[in-house]
Amino acid sequence: MCLAIPMQVVELKGGGDPLLDPQVALVESDGVRKEIRLEMADRIPAVGEYVIIHAGFAIRTLTVEDAEYNLSLMRRMAEVLESEGRLPGAVP
Amino acid sequence: MKCADEFRSREITAPLVEEIANSLRRPVRIMEVCGTHTMSIFRHGIRSLLPEGITLLSGPGCPVCVTPASHIDAFLAAADLPQVTIATFGDLIRVPGAERSLAGARASGARVEIVYSPMDALTLAQLEPERTVLFPAIGFETTAPTIAATILAAERLGLTNFLIIAAGKTMPHALEALMADPELRVDGLLCPGHVSAIIGSEAYRPLADRHHLACAVAGFEPADILSGLLSLIRQINEGRPGVDNCYTRVVTAEGNSRAQHLISEVFAPADSEWRGLGTIPGSGLVLREQYRRFDGMEQLAIPVQPVRELKGCRCGEILKGRLLPPDCPLYGTACTPLQPIGPCMVSNEGTCAAYFRYSGRKTSTARQEPKPLSVS
Amino acid sequence: MKTDSIISLDHGSGGLASQNLISGLFLKYLTCPQLRDLEDCAMLGEYAGRIAFSTDSYVVDPLFFPGGDIGSLAVHGTINDLAMRGARPLALSLALIIEEGFSFASLERIIASVARASEAAGVAIVTGDTKVVPKGKADGLFVNTTGIGLASHRHDISVKKAQPGDAVIISGTLADHGITIMSCQAGIDLGGDIESDTQPLHRLVGALLEEDAGLVHVLRDPTRGGLATTLCEIAQSSGVDIVVEEDRLPIRPSVSTACEMIGLDPLYLANEGKCIIICDQDGAEDILQLVRRMPEGRDAALIGWVHEGQDGRVSLTTRIGGSRLLEPLTGQPLPRIC
Repeated sequence: MCLAIPMQVVELKGGGDPLLDPQVALVESDGVRKEIRLEMADRIPAVGEYVIIHAGFAIRTLTVEDAEYNLSLMRRMAEVLESEGRLPGAVP
Repeated sequence: MKCADEFRSREITAPLVEEIANSLRRPVRIMEVCGTHTMSIFRHGIRSLLPEGITLLSGPGCPVCVTPASHIDAFLAAADLPQVTIATFGDLIRVPGAERSLAGARASGARVEIVYSPMDALTLAQLEPERTVLFPAIGFETTAPTIAATILAAERLGLTNFLIIAAGKTMPHALEALMADPELRVDGLLCPGHVSAIIGSEAYRPLADRHHLACAVAGFEPADILSGLLSLIRQINEGRPGVDNCYTRVVTAEGNSRAQHLISEVFAPADSEWRGLGTIPGSGLVLREQYRRFDGMEQLAIPVQPVRELKGCRCGEILKGRLLPPDCPLYGTACTPLQPIGPCMVSNEGTCAAYFRYSGRKTSTARQEPKPLSVS
Repeated sequence: MKTDSIISLDHGSGGLASQNLISGLFLKYLTCPQLRDLEDCAMLGEYAGRIAFSTDSYVVDPLFFPGGDIGSLAVHGTINDLAMRGARPLALSLALIIEEGFSFASLERIIASVARASEAAGVAIVTGDTKVVPKGKADGLFVNTTGIGLASHRHDISVKKAQPGDAVIISGTLADHGITIMSCQAGIDLGGDIESDTQPLHRLVGALLEEDAGLVHVLRDPTRGGLATTLCEIAQSSGVDIVVEEDRLPIRPSVSTACEMIGLDPLYLANEGKCIIICDQDGAEDILQLVRRMPEGRDAALIGWVHEGQDGRVSLTTRIGGSRLLEPLTGQPLPRIC
């Protein structure tokens, strides 16, 4: 129910006044840019970090390491599964 | 994000697909309760890769689809007021109420704008102070904080021409109601990744314990979904159902407390009607007393529409996997993708809509397709 | 001529104001002699060959967008409809329905764009019409262009002619126009990389058919409804099945990201400067290279194959090796949050 995609924060803007000038993040991916609200982010991102975006808001901030950790786990799992498959008579 | 591409690469997904096939010992029924999961499964053709024996049920996880006709009619009643501009998510435009949809209202002259974010609706209200801008506030726990934040911004700005109709729903009570139904036999639950980012993976613990249900929190890339499915099969095999968080990059055990506070600041839980399923206690969100001035129903004196049973609609049973779409008397006749009645057909990826497509169009009767809005 | 800042009902009434509009604006930019004669209709002369005839109306919103406007779109669109049947465009008509109160400056900008597009394509506007309707009766401006073309008897390009075994080629990147329009509406900054792909394709088609010895079976531009819907039309008309591969589809990364952000499927978004070429598998590689050598076809790619079948099924082999059916678009593509 929740279309949300990760994008990288390239700039933090505003923050001068919570009402008239709330802090927002400028995110970018492949040249596409958008201003994103930060009211519900679990923590304010630093430039270079990633945010998961839903309906114009960041719902989660993550470091590149966070993302890559998940990926490396999957990669490792894939490698293990592949090597297991090659063993004759391997028990699934 | 470059990383996202990796989660779609065959290098990662192929071994997962194989392991799923190798691990499956008996037929299993798995329900996914997130419209975005349904879409992603469809988009990447995941069903075509899964072995026979895995039944993937599409649960009521599409907030658009489960918004009852009475709520849609309330949005329409607001749209009919000359001073009101409806600013809504695109998803809602074609969902029918008792008779019309917002698209129909727009065709008759109502002002209906599509927005990407509730904040855009707020901006519209600021730009057009002579209009009343109403935002139909549908969505689950991922969307509710965005609406809460928007309400708080509206309050701080002192806006008097911005309203919502609170139509948000929450997952845990609905899941409980579903799983408690003895007719629904489901072995595993693929839990919605972004709702879980908000409510935390531990939210499903009571469900897992009480119903001996395998739960896996999964993201939306193919690798995420396949990992989630694999986890469920392993849990089922080992007879140790629990809650496995397969989406650690986004979901924590406790969830996002800032977002949770936003929700509870602005909204209170209430009983809520789900299209096709009836009323589920505590599964909806209403505005708290101090924010009632943003309540469109009150401020515009919109009559509460009667709860209306969709005559002949069997979505409830289809959602529980008891009936197949062709068994519903309305399927393909009164209820089609272009003129849907229940949630299973309203969503592009609902059980019935997907069935309609996969089973092929048997007849070649000329379909009256509405002219697309122009891009040329 | 006194420059009015807005268009009024007088401008469409046929009287002095109309005349001034024609001489002061239209003829300033549209310089074809037949148009200047201001006869009731244009005489095109005698031609040998089959006459092709096409019409299209343009109601795009916004009127101006990155990469083009309603004017250039109107010129290219009708030229392309003729080109898709292998016809060489000869001439265009231009009809406008203008809402009272429309900005004169905007109208001038659009006419200038029509003139540029027409000149660049080498296809003249030879006749036209202008009507003005009261405020509220039109959304700013509606444009219609109708085109006449000439097709040689050598070719018989038709949507019914796809054969099992044929190759499916797309002449360039997908969804550029559609996402440009949808992004304007969603308030997403495209960062300058994405723009509408509106361009005329008659030269590309001309070059293709010059070399062709009957190898090209189908040409179709995937406009409204996108690649998926157009492939469905072809499959249905030709009584074949088509399979395309996601890995092979040329889509710009920025377009892909924008689609993900607002929940749109690039396969269903409009293209205004691309064509699907279905051709004999033996000639496919040569045809692909020919198309790639032309500026209009720089990013052309072989994306799939035609198969035996009767149901007109189109399917996509996904990146991860799965398979899904592509159905024609019902209604308009809508942004999604769920």
